[in-house]
Amino acid sequence: MIVEADDVLPVRSTEDVVRVRQEVRSRTAAVGFSLVDQTKLITAASEIARNTVIYGGGGTLRLQILQNTTRRGVRLIFEDKGPGIPDIERALTDGYTSGSGLGLGLGGARRLSNEFDIASKPGEGTTITLARWKR
Amino acid sequence: MANAYISLPELISKNQTTLLHDWISLQRQTGAFNRRIKEEVLLEQSRGLLTELCSALQAGAPNDLKATEWSATRKILEEVSGTRTSLGFTPAETATFVFSLKEPIFNLLFAKTDSNVEKQQQEIWGINLLIDKLGLYTTEVAQSARENVIARQQQELIELSTPVVELWEGILALPLIGTLDSERTQVVMENLLERLVTSSAEFAIIDITGVPTVDTLVAQHLIKTVSAARLMGADCIISGIRPQIAQTIVHLGLELNVVSKATMADAFALALRRTGRSVEKRVASPKNGSL
Ligand SMILES: Nc1ncnc2c1ncn2[C@@H]1O[C@H](COP(=O)(O)OP(=O)(O)OP(=O)(O)O)[C@@H](O)[C@H]1O
Ligand SMILES: [Mg+2]
Repeated sequence: MIVEADDVLPVRSTEDVVRVRQEVRSRTAAVGFSLVDQTKLITAASEIARNTVIYGGGGTLRLQILQNTTRRGVRLIFEDKGPGIPDIERALTDGYTSGSGLGLGLGGARRLSNEFDIASKPGEGTTITLARWKR
Repeated sequence: MANAYISLPELISKNQTTLLHDWISLQRQTGAFNRRIKEEVLLEQSRGLLTELCSALQAGAPNDLKATEWSATRKILEEVSGTRTSLGFTPAETATFVFSLKEPIFNLLFAKTDSNVEKQQQEIWGINLLIDKLGLYTTEVAQSARENVIARQQQELIELSTPVVELWEGILALPLIGTLDSERTQVVMENLLERLVTSSAEFAIIDITGVPTVDTLVAQHLIKTVSAARLMGADCIISGIRPQIAQTIVHLGLELNVVSKATMADAFALALRRTGRSVEKRVASPKNGSL
């Protein structure tokens, strides 16, 4: 697999969340995603970006364009050095929130992605990787 | 005579008045400057820059403008760039103001009969590079100021803007256009609720055609508004859910628990029906076929 582009964006504020969405929109459009697929990844990115700001205390997004022999895709790696997620299964449960949300962001983002991974250590931070392929 | 070596900072500080005089008259000659900038401002900024440059050099500031020794100089340059940009100077003209300091300084250095030719050459080269950096810094400042303006404008463009409009007696519409991330969303939603009270409307149509992304935050705003409206005796209809948004909402697992219609027109027709009204196409009479 070839990583065609690899950029890092800050994810520290509400404005950054807006910018992340715009960036994901332009990348997925450039790769040729359909409107539905664009919207799915943008929405997933919006969820994880906002979690990164609210719960992770801010972090970064690595945005990659992927190309393997048969298909192209976009991978998003959100990283923060926040408190981490103590119970990942529980965090993924629809309706669970430790704040004042709906508790749907994490589970929703997983359903909106083709690949989804959470790595988190309490006290050290959280890395969430999402990818979606062009259909 | 084996004269004592005079360092560049010393030379500049000793001849500050002459330098300033020469520099200003040089600036006057290049007509573009004095046309738009006030004499006092020009004098004050030139003196300020020369003074700060001098004290930074005397403090042995390194050749890197980012160093703290240069902070006062940077501040003056930022000011210079700011006033000139607002007066319509181009970044090149502003930088030229700084570059024009080279001539009087070089004149001074050349006039110095120094035994140490090599040292003198080094100094000339050093001050040359330094003034280049100072000039380029004004350009950088101007550029980032411009970028800030652009970023602010973009931010304002995507910031939610929303009037509550009365479509018919008892039917309000809130066409949402923009992103719902900012604090202002709350205000917009509260506006709608207030208008519901003052107009005692029965229906509110919230149109989200202009909302690029519907995620859990947007949903939360919608859900809260819909339930608050319900408590006040008004029903909400959400319109403008585009196909790709509908699919995403399902995947997110969102339940909006509210009547929705594809378009604002459909929602309006529904609200009219529900309030006992109907819209009919008038059948044109064959005799006088006008509308
Ligand atoms: N980066 C993170 N660092 C620490 N905890 C996190 C992080 N991301 C998510 N969490 C935890 O996982 C929980 C569930 O996240 P999820 O996005 O599903 O819901 P939410 O953000 O609370 O509400 P919603 O996203 O629906 O508005 C959060 O309440 C939080 O406790
Ligand atoms: Mg969330």
